[in-house]
Amino acid sequence: MSKTSVHTTSLHTNGNGTGTTETKRLEVLKTYKIYIGGQFPRTESGRYYIPVNNEGKKLANVCLSSRKDFRNAVVAARAAFGGWSGRAAFNRSQILYRMAEMLEGRRMQFIDELMQQDASRAAAEKEVDLAVDRLIYYAGWCDKYQQLFSSVNPVASSHFNFSVPEPTGVVSIIAPQQDSLLGLISVISPVIAGGNTCVVLASESKPLCAVTFAEVLNSSDLPGGVVNILTGKPSELASWFVDHMDVNATIYCEKDTDIQRMMREKSALNLKRVFFYDQTDWTAAESQSPYFIFDTQEIKTTWHPVENIAGAGGGY
Amino acid sequence: MATAKSLLTVPDFALSPRIDQVGVEERAARFTTRSIKKESKLNGLKLVLNMIDLTTLEGKDTDGKVKQLCYKAIHPHDAVPGIPTVAAVCVYPSMVKVAKKALGDSGIRVASVATAFPSGQAPRDVKIRDTRYAVNEGADEIDMVISRGKFHAGEYNFVFDEIAAIKEASGEARLKVILETGELGSFDKVRRASEIAMYAGADFIKTSTGKIQPAATMPVTLVMLEAIRDFYYKTGRMVGMKPAGGISKSKLALHYLVMVKEVLGEDWLNNEWFRFGASSLANDVLMQIVKEHTGLYQSGNYFSVD
Amino acid sequence: MAVTKKKAAPKKSNTVKLKFDTSWNYAPAPESKSAATIHKQYDLFINGEWQKPSGKKYFDTINPATEEKLSEVAMANEADTNKAVTAARNAYEKVWKKMPAKERGKYIFRIARMIQEKARELAVIETLDGGKPIRESRDFDVPTAANHFFYYAGWADKLEYAFPNRQASPLGVAGQIIPWNFPLLMAAWKIAPALATGNTVVLKPAETTPLTALKLAEIIQEADLPPGVVNILTGAGETGASIVNHPGIDKIAFTGSTEVGKLIQRAIAGTNKKATLELGGKAANIIFEDAPIDQAVEGVINGIFFNQGHVCCAGSRLYVQESIAKQVIRKLKDRIETLIVGDPIDKNTDIGAINSKQQLDTIHKYLNIGKKEGAEMYESSCPLPRKGYFCRPTIFTNVAQSSRIAQEEIFGPVLAVLTFRTDDEVIEKANNSPYGLSAGVWTDKGSKIFNMTKRMRAGVVWANTFNKFDPSSPFGGYKESGFGREGGLHGLMPYINLTHQS
Repeated sequence: MSKTSVHTTSLHTNGNGTGTTETKRLEVLKTYKIYIGGQFPRTESGRYYIPVNNEGKKLANVCLSSRKDFRNAVVAARAAFGGWSGRAAFNRSQILYRMAEMLEGRRMQFIDELMQQDASRAAAEKEVDLAVDRLIYYAGWCDKYQQLFSSVNPVASSHFNFSVPEPTGVVSIIAPQQDSLLGLISVISPVIAGGNTCVVLASESKPLCAVTFAEVLNSSDLPGGVVNILTGKPSELASWFVDHMDVNATIYCEKDTDIQRMMREKSALNLKRVFFYDQTDWTAAESQSPYFIFDTQEIKTTWHPVENIAGAGGGY
Repeated sequence: MATAKSLLTVPDFALSPRIDQVGVEERAARFTTRSIKKESKLNGLKLVLNMIDLTTLEGKDTDGKVKQLCYKAIHPHDAVPGIPTVAAVCVYPSMVKVAKKALGDSGIRVASVATAFPSGQAPRDVKIRDTRYAVNEGADEIDMVISRGKFHAGEYNFVFDEIAAIKEASGEARLKVILETGELGSFDKVRRASEIAMYAGADFIKTSTGKIQPAATMPVTLVMLEAIRDFYYKTGRMVGMKPAGGISKSKLALHYLVMVKEVLGEDWLNNEWFRFGASSLANDVLMQIVKEHTGLYQSGNYFSVD
Repeated sequence: MAVTKKKAAPKKSNTVKLKFDTSWNYAPAPESKSAATIHKQYDLFINGEWQKPSGKKYFDTINPATEEKLSEVAMANEADTNKAVTAARNAYEKVWKKMPAKERGKYIFRIARMIQEKARELAVIETLDGGKPIRESRDFDVPTAANHFFYYAGWADKLEYAFPNRQASPLGVAGQIIPWNFPLLMAAWKIAPALATGNTVVLKPAETTPLTALKLAEIIQEADLPPGVVNILTGAGETGASIVNHPGIDKIAFTGSTEVGKLIQRAIAGTNKKATLELGGKAANIIFEDAPIDQAVEGVINGIFFNQGHVCCAGSRLYVQESIAKQVIRKLKDRIETLIVGDPIDKNTDIGAINSKQQLDTIHKYLNIGKKEGAEMYESSCPLPRKGYFCRPTIFTNVAQSSRIAQEEIFGPVLAVLTFRTDDEVIEKANNSPYGLSAGVWTDKGSKIFNMTKRMRAGVVWANTFNKFDPSSPFGGYKESGFGREGGLHGLMPYINLTHQS
């Protein structure tokens, strides 16, 4: 967070060379926008900030999202929830797999962005590879976790009774500040694999991959609004992420105890489910599991009578 | 027929309300949690006794057997004063005349089974003749059986017309229509058969012949009582109910009484509109009545078997 | 006395009415109180023994059906909470978490059996203290409580099968706060899974209904459970707050109002305490025109009048498809005429006493709101006892979705009836609530059942039935009805940490 500053001077271009000679072709710079409802608007506030890497290089003019951007994103996420949660699990799986394909196809671009954001080439390659694999991992879970977390309950009366997980709804996420690609994908994937929709705030200091990842999402058959990506400051947005009454759960991935306390207090407004993934090493094997999916699931139990004319047992 | 006007709109019986078996059983079980004690028990027992159709329907029935049964019907237990008679004696058509004579002016009705009881597997004209014979012999009430085979085959019009024909043949006698619920297979069908019978003119609907198991149960009786209630609300016409077979203990009979009280209420709590078809129930009720009077548990040795 | 001949000329069907005021009636059938022992005074159950409250204060618990005092119980203060948490911590560290799981299980089995042995006594006390009909405490509360202990007892040594690839470990000391509507049953729901997973417990029963929890403490003592594994503190809201705020508590399990649930959620912010909250509800119960109507009506009756309507999952919003609304309302009116309101200890009573004066006032407030909002109010014609807190079963018809009686939890025998036309409309209306605890749907069409049960945002959905409970069946809410599940395999989760298996 400390690596950001707001400047009005021109931006450095990326590591492929700097345009010093007039004969050399002028590079086309990328505009980093936010991603809401499948569209790439600029922040409604018109504000921006310029994250700077360790070498002092300014990365981009990045949208400094506002409370209203968040509100718009929640509206988009809520609108997308019915369709996404109602899709066949198999279809969600296909789409997550497609996301992995698209990510793999842009492998070099992400490595490049990670390197701009202070990663070594080896580390950047590893992170992109892990990120692709993580998507594949959760793509596979889309139509399996239900069987893991469901139960048929042997009630003593003549009823058929079963419990199944259902997505909790709209999830607001403040993504990990480090592991800006892998961490982001690690927290989004279980949420959407489980049929939720989400609004996620990218790493403040390393936002580039999140915006580029939005482009991956946009070309992966993922319906607009399922994942909405904002850039900006957790210190400014965290409280809005947790006090919106139409958000069902909040995930926070940092250790700031003040924010954590504030989040649990405000979550009482509508009894949001709050999770702190503040101890997770996203590169470790344990950082992926169906139990992450389970966090943003509700268990629904259904009862129905079992007719018993011939006098056989009612339950299962 | 006096009820013709109310029958103008006969519903499509295939669309009879559906019944959830588990829900019916839960509701029926709930009635059995009512605690009937002291004067409530005594009054209930007397009411039960007064609702009994004392029945003998055996191949080996003789004049002698029927006469004894009729005496028992009039004098259930003279040792204790204030004990009511039963409602009716129920016999085969060939025994109607004997019963009628034996019961004399006691006010106890003679009910006769008819229509090729218990199977009902006879042509319609035979059933009509069977009915007319019983009526001519003096039967006050006719207990007919429906054609279950035709019912299962979906020939509801046939079943309906047959009941209407027997109703006509019964003349002044009240018609009880036996559904033989133990052969119907589901509560949905019990409900449907109840409606066919009521719309076709039944004065009573009755669960069973007593020859098939299961006979009367509380859940099946509840389904029929609720059909009666809905019919009453639709047409304004009261129809009686007679569970028959399998009710031999006072406690169970009191549970049935609770059910009538809480489903149909006061108007049905008399033997004009509710009957028990039973043979051994009477003595168990008598033993309980005497127990309430004396405070002593009773032995069958002190109560005449017939 | 032979057949009484009555004229049976058909009446106009729109004027007919069934008469439930019958000449044959039920004599009083009070359950004997001789099976129950209630002491004059109860102390706090801490560390396996009865300890005097530090503040030396006691408060009365009364029978809401007679307003007579039953006993007085100790008022626990912060010092007592401290003692109880310390006892629970010691028991956890030194005994309970070290004990072989199968032995832990056997203790829980033992408690289950003893509840069965003392079932009659517990039922009578529950009814005297809380006002619920003896039929319910005898046939539902007490057996279901025993069954809950039985169910979780068996889990104690099988946790490694419950969560694939994960190691389950206990959290430590659980602070548990339970409501007055199912005093013993809620104690069972809280204590059984906590013990099975290796936690120890500090439990606070509700202020107005402490007696069966204290009886349970006697059973726990008799079962020789190691001292401190279960501690029972009686008191009011402040006692509850002292448990919530105690730093030695690792987990809060609360059942009660959404309002208090939110206070708890705020209070534990900034701590590592885990929480499960079972809060309010305003369940929609939906009847389609093809439903098994009579069973649906009975389900609606049980859904709202069970336990005087003091049920968080009560089916308090009835949605009836317009084509059958008249018929259903008539049946409901008939049915409530046969509900017997009165002395809870009478075996024939269907609706007992409202738990407290305060709750009765709340219900009356909503009856007035309903009338002011222009809904049509229909009450049973039954007489009410002169003493005690009683309320007639009440139905409001012509209720609008926006009415307060259709939106707010009344927690009493009051049903709001609304109508609908299409499936989509009723789903939208049913989900149009901040609550999401339970829901009901009645239809004969299988595919419609699954559509409805899937789309209703509620933790428990009853299709063609209502208000069914079982120890093996997870229970808990969506949205503001709280989080976490009680019952079944899922009910273990709130009491464990899961770590990756090495």
